[in-house]
Amino acid sequence: MTFDVARVRADFPILSREINGHPLVYLDSANTSQKPRQVIDAMRVHNERHNGNVSRSVHTLGTEATSAYEDARGKIAAFVNAATPDEIVFTKNSTEAINLVAHSLGQHLSLKPGDEIVISEMEHHSNIVPWQLLCDRTGATLRWFSVSDEGRLIFEDGLINSRTKIVSLVHMSNVLGTINDVGPIVAAARSVGALVMLDCSQSVPHLPVDVRALGVDFIAFTGHKMLGPTGIGVLWGRHELLAAMPPFLAGGSMIETVTMGGTTFAAPPARFEAGTPPIAEAVGLGAAVDYLNALGMEAVHQHEQEITAYALKTLADVPGVRLFGPSTPEGRGGTLSFGVDGVHPHDVGQILDAVGVEVRVGHHCAKPTCARFGVPAMTRASFYLYTTTDEIDALVRGLDQVRKVFG
Amino acid sequence: MMLDGLYQEIILDHYKHPHGRGLRDPFQGEAHHVNPTCGDEITVRVTQDLSDISYDGLGCSISQASASVLHELLSGRTASEAAGIHEAFVALMQGRGQVEPDEEVLGDGIAFAGVAKFPARVKCALLPWMAFKDAAARAGVDVSSSSEASEVKA
Repeated sequence: MTFDVARVRADFPILSREINGHPLVYLDSANTSQKPRQVIDAMRVHNERHNGNVSRSVHTLGTEATSAYEDARGKIAAFVNAATPDEIVFTKNSTEAINLVAHSLGQHLSLKPGDEIVISEMEHHSNIVPWQLLCDRTGATLRWFSVSDEGRLIFEDGLINSRTKIVSLVHMSNVLGTINDVGPIVAAARSVGALVMLDCSQSVPHLPVDVRALGVDFIAFTGHKMLGPTGIGVLWGRHELLAAMPPFLAGGSMIETVTMGGTTFAAPPARFEAGTPPIAEAVGLGAAVDYLNALGMEAVHQHEQEITAYALKTLADVPGVRLFGPSTPEGRGGTLSFGVDGVHPHDVGQILDAVGVEVRVGHHCAKPTCARFGVPAMTRASFYLYTTTDEIDALVRGLDQVRKVFG
Repeated sequence: MMLDGLYQEIILDHYKHPHGRGLRDPFQGEAHHVNPTCGDEITVRVTQDLSDISYDGLGCSISQASASVLHELLSGRTASEAAGIHEAFVALMQGRGQVEPDEEVLGDGIAFAGVAKFPARVKCALLPWMAFKDAAARAGVDVSSSSEASEVKA
């Protein structure tokens, strides 16, 4: 079956609206994706028909809600090829998933001065700050992969060494679009006994991700960037590691038994899901996974590769535009950041909005990446399964308008 | 087109040809402000008698033009005149487009009336003004206006 973008678009109610009198051109899916009717309906039906709290009621609604929540866990486990649904921990977002690992794994490994954690210059702040704080608490040292002018990771000899305990790396950069080649890094980490976490916030929504093929120990991703709702994220972790790690947040649902003298903890994933979880959101994320599976992630990826190739070629011809990140579609996804000569990204974004083109501007929560390229901010256009070449053309017309106003 | 309200010629002129830009000595107070959501930065220096207000920064047309207008409007004023103008500008920015600016008081600053209709950009326009207020306080000049404006929600 060929990928029919018009049919896909018909599933997304928001794509038919206008912005400032122009058809919406939504080029900000790396920020948050739009949601198809199937996801919106699944959440509505859950709230209208099956709402109850999970894992604690014998009544019918509680049982239905629990099974809907656990069904969603199963769908997500299968989506990333986890060994069992118990390896899927629902969190609030990717940020919480990474913080969970930084806290609980950091404690489990008893990090100390002399130990090293390795991240990269192309990380989102959510994969920087939790590790900085962990280093502050433990005396461990934070080390960084640097990034080439082409936006590729530079794999320096000795960066991963016998002192390395954790390597936490972005799978696909939210600024540069770079998809990192994980294999050699996992191999280097394995050879020194270090664990590997991947921030898959930008990869799981856009390409097939198989945690066992990647060979990593943890991945984090978030629902709202993959057609699902906000308020739900996912941590996948190898079961034996999750089972060995102490809790992160404490409270209801994560216990085995509580006495006035102390508490023992539930097995994962419940150990890491204190309090009432985002139930309708899990149902919505499950529906999003169904939607993506029906199209096929290979087909989604292929469509985005075509859009990315078209956009790279088209933007290269726009005067005054400087691209940050790989200039060819190989090893990169559909997230293009660029500068426009002499015009601040906020002004670029404002003028594009006036013609209905929605892009992200600013530092993209990745200030070290911006600093690496010597700019305080960038303009970013990011694509998804509903993006068309017509929308890329609208972006280019918008950039002509930018030059007119600021020329 | 809607943007005419935002990108007035006066604003674009100040952006392309800023007045009084560049940090100068001597000065008695200095403040560096950052807009954490966009990363825009500005440093403002003032002399105690407000005879010179100098600045340098990185940012969008709105924040940079606003600094240029601030320099023009407040340099050489008395503290109480500066406080009045400061208050009028902040009130204009927070007025959600409902405040009619007084050209006698705000001069080129009236061009920013349109910015008030773009909540995401109000912070850009206020960045130099908040930095100025801090710099003035450090120089011992009180230009605090009655409306507290430093916590504008975008």
